[in-house]
Amino acid sequence: MEHVVIIGNGIAGVSAARHIRKLSDKRITLISAETDYFFSRTALMYVYMGHMKFEHTQPYENWFWKKNNINLLNAFVTNVDVENKILKIANSTDVSYDKLIIATGSKPNKFGWPGQDLKGVQGLYSKQDLDNLEEYAPNKEVCKRAVIVGGGLIGIELAEMLRSRDIPVTFLVRESSFWNGVLPDGESTMINEHILEHHIDLRLSTNLKAIIDDGNGKVKSILIEETGEELPCDFVGLTAGVTPNINFLEDSTIETGKGVKVNRLLETSCNDIYAIGDCAEQRQPIGNRRPVEAVWYTGRMMGETVAQTICGNPTEYKPGHWFNSAKFLDIEYQTYGWVFGKKGRPEYEAQFHWRHPNEKVCITLSFHKESRQFLGINTFGIRMRHEIFDRWLTQSKDVDYVLSHLADANFDPEFYKKYETSIVAKYNSDFQKNLKSRKKSIKRIFQFN
Amino acid sequence: MSNYDRSMALTGQPPVSLSTNQKLATLVGMFGLAVLLLAAFNINFPNKTLWLTIALSSIFSGTIWFAWDAYLDKAPGIKNDGVWFKSISSRGLWGWVAGIALTGFYIVLYFFPEYLGLVKDGDNKGVIALFDPLSKALSGNPASQWFVYGTLYTVAILAFGIKFLWKYRHNKYERIRTMSVMFFQTAFAFIIPELMARLNGSSVLNGGSLPYYDLKNIWPLNYYNFEGYRIKSFVSSGDIGLALLLFGIASIFIITPILTYRFGKRWYCSWVCGCGGLAETVGDPFRQLSDKSQFAWKVERWVVHSVVVFVTLMTTAVIYSYLGNDTSKYWLTKPSFLIGVATLLTAVFVWAMVFKRNQLQKDAKYGAVGYFVIIMSLVAFHFLSGEGQVFLFKSETLRKTYSFLIGSIFSGVIGTGFYPIFGNRVWCRFGCPMAAILGFQQRLFSKFRITTNGGQCISCGNCSTYCEMGIDVRAYAQKGENIVRSSCVGCGICSAVCPRGVLKLENGPLEGRIDSNQVLLGNDVDLMKLVNQK
Ligand SMILES: Cc1cc2nc3c(=O)[nH]c(=O)nc-3n(C[C@H](O)[C@H](O)[C@H](O)COP(=O)(O)OP(=O)(O)OC[C@H]3O[C@@H](n4cnc5c(N)ncnc54)[C@H](O)[C@@H]3O)c2cc1C
Ligand code: SF4
Ligand code: SF4
Repeated sequence: MEHVVIIGNGIAGVSAARHIRKLSDKRITLISAETDYFFSRTALMYVYMGHMKFEHTQPYENWFWKKNNINLLNAFVTNVDVENKILKIANSTDVSYDKLIIATGSKPNKFGWPGQDLKGVQGLYSKQDLDNLEEYAPNKEVCKRAVIVGGGLIGIELAEMLRSRDIPVTFLVRESSFWNGVLPDGESTMINEHILEHHIDLRLSTNLKAIIDDGNGKVKSILIEETGEELPCDFVGLTAGVTPNINFLEDSTIETGKGVKVNRLLETSCNDIYAIGDCAEQRQPIGNRRPVEAVWYTGRMMGETVAQTICGNPTEYKPGHWFNSAKFLDIEYQTYGWVFGKKGRPEYEAQFHWRHPNEKVCITLSFHKESRQFLGINTFGIRMRHEIFDRWLTQSKDVDYVLSHLADANFDPEFYKKYETSIVAKYNSDFQKNLKSRKKSIKRIFQFN
Repeated sequence: MSNYDRSMALTGQPPVSLSTNQKLATLVGMFGLAVLLLAAFNINFPNKTLWLTIALSSIFSGTIWFAWDAYLDKAPGIKNDGVWFKSISSRGLWGWVAGIALTGFYIVLYFFPEYLGLVKDGDNKGVIALFDPLSKALSGNPASQWFVYGTLYTVAILAFGIKFLWKYRHNKYERIRTMSVMFFQTAFAFIIPELMARLNGSSVLNGGSLPYYDLKNIWPLNYYNFEGYRIKSFVSSGDIGLALLLFGIASIFIITPILTYRFGKRWYCSWVCGCGGLAETVGDPFRQLSDKSQFAWKVERWVVHSVVVFVTLMTTAVIYSYLGNDTSKYWLTKPSFLIGVATLLTAVFVWAMVFKRNQLQKDAKYGAVGYFVIIMSLVAFHFLSGEGQVFLFKSETLRKTYSFLIGSIFSGVIGTGFYPIFGNRVWCRFGCPMAAILGFQQRLFSKFRITTNGGQCISCGNCSTYCEMGIDVRAYAQKGENIVRSSCVGCGICSAVCPRGVLKLENGPLEGRIDSNQVLLGNDVDLMKLVNQK
């Protein structure tokens, strides 16, 4: 029986394993050096904050794997012998494979800062990182101040985590406004304000220069590049993005760039070896997407796709319309289609922005300057219906249509305040239009007539 | 393992530690409880009205002071920091202490009310006597253990209801729902029945007297509603009595199905019901303790449906036992009643099997077994019953057993006493026959569902963790499937705690409601066609 070996039991590897099992009775082995069972990395923060126990982050009960005949192996792969189809395992015997899927995910970026490997300095990615965090920042007595370096999604999660235990947090952000490489200005500004509301010491346009040793190999303070200020701290969180976790492939013949290079079938340069999830790098970027996509959903989709290919049904990876979501402290964020920040905004993209006068709620719509085709939406503090935006993007609706039918797309819980009229009024005044906000229609939403 | 301070001291590190305000608030609340406890130990308080007011207001204000300090200086949003670190909410020592204390209280309440000071003939003593003035002011009668319990129950729902309103002040669904349960508890369960008692013996009731009737308490939750003595009182109380009796019947056969069809069973379980009201307010800190395993789900289905079978048989037996055989005396006779019950059950059974077969899948088998058991028992009733005797037991024995096992032990002692151990909806999930019947309808014939927002789920598990009914919400959400589960009480917390806006409780068309082949959006459409091929 063909033996499929998957390195990495994250969402990508697990999706692949589950779908291969659905489609076939191949032998499947899932290897990971991190934890015995699959858990949701995105939920690590809730464990530290006490919302959940670690076991709650595991989407499947422990009996699931045996019942579905998926072998689990807790081991670290040190090398891939492509010629002989063998994996070298640290301190253990080799594992041979017929088909190999590399799904090893990412690791936190470290940009060669002095002191970056001291104790109390770490990223937030793995279960081990969580354990270390409990060691170095268990409470505000042990950790009198924490510094977070890098203003992205993981940075703000880490800030929220530490604040839940009342630990003072200084947040160093290289950009002039939070995450404004991705978010348009209005939104980024609103998040800045919200970060301050949570008593986080936000330092914009500020870079880390060095991390200082206390003499015992542990962090004592950090130096700030711009001002030279020395900031005493007991913990430094490095959250300036992630890179594919593929060091163990250095000696193999598999072609790598930033990640493992794959074609649209998710095949690597070597026969019978595939790569999926955070660690895969598309040779040809797809649409506006980046060649390496480090998000949950794409890992899942690639896993589903590669399962088809491996089970004799070669299938290209063709993700649909882009979407994503996150939460900035108390503010939920969703995005559908493409809305660009200042940096990298295509010249054809025009935007419409609305913000509530006193609540932390705002949206930005992007559309094509000439054709007025709707391109995408960012929402903060309003939930939107994925299905509707997916449909509107597929049907290339124009921005007027989208705005006047916005009520159909609202996904907030029942009885929530509605903002559509106010949004449309602002649009009318910005663009000298005379749109009316149409009432929500169950018929349109569920498409039955 | 983490070395976060998990000591049981309430004064640990944030987010577990108590502020000065909270310590004082705890003291105030404890003082109120202490007064009641002292009264229970027969300390005679001179001015009962005054001391009762002091006790209840201390409990009430202590609770809301505590909550005020916990939530009001924080930004609105999800407030679950430290839930699994706090001993009370994570089955720690305080959780067990609270569980044992509550359980003890229920045992005394149900089985040894004399320890609370109940005196059958003569003046009450102890804590019950403390409540006499209030009871007399409302209904004109001295208090009973049930009046004491009802008052404390209402105070608890109101105080913890306010806490809940503050905790979820960003969420209007939660707020409106909570105001609703607070209203129904205070008006329908507490005040109206007491006031109704004032009518007893009056000419409006033709001199009859009505049984205690909480109008929102519907059979089979209110399993005794159709017992002989109640029917007699209803019938003897003029038009009002008859109207109430008809209302009781209409509640379960007409009103309930219509509302459940339109809104799902949440209209009752988390908007109206008193058990639900307590679970959602006082029980809110314990919702994460429910068991999410598939094994628990299996147990749930067996146990709760057995209770439905039990209550149906018990009620049938009780009614059967007081009906006659002679049509000239009363239109409803023993045989015609049995035939009526059998016909109704058969109609429901056939409808489900014919029209909803594909949605029932494996459960159909169990449904058939349950149906078969009931019908055979009905036949047995007919052939094996003698005077006052149904089947082999006295109907009275059946009734008493139900009342003891289900009415007292399950819904009270285990259902509420064990909040801090098994979570706040143990009764609603495993025991409540009303919930099971509403659930059956919710699953098969209702517009309600929890819509999953396309492909947005990140499998974090917040929804499953905080589902008080132990539904593994994530298992559906991460596949892009809607959640249509008979046990869902529509509390809306899964939707509230979801950090990605994945879940929405809504009423929509029946068509496409349960869509297990939901396309995971964002994916390639052709791929999803393949994935969904069975
Ligand atoms: C804190 C945090 C929050 C996040 N929140 C979101 C979010 O809200 N939304 C979103 O879309 N994305 C989010 N992400 C990103 C998302 O979690 C990742 O994109 C996703 O988990 C990647 O899945 P994967 O299967 O590719 O890899 P991973 O989940 O990283 O799994 C790879 C596994 O392989 C193991 N492994 C690696 N090398 C070896 C080896 N040589 N031998 C054995 N085992 C090995 C690793 O230990 C790991 O267990 C978040 C990430 C983090 C860290
Ligand atoms: S599924 Fe959601 S709404 Fe239903 S009971 Fe569970 S938490 Fe409440
Ligand atoms: S809380 Fe939301 S994102 Fe998390 S598992 Fe549930 S549905 Fe998915």
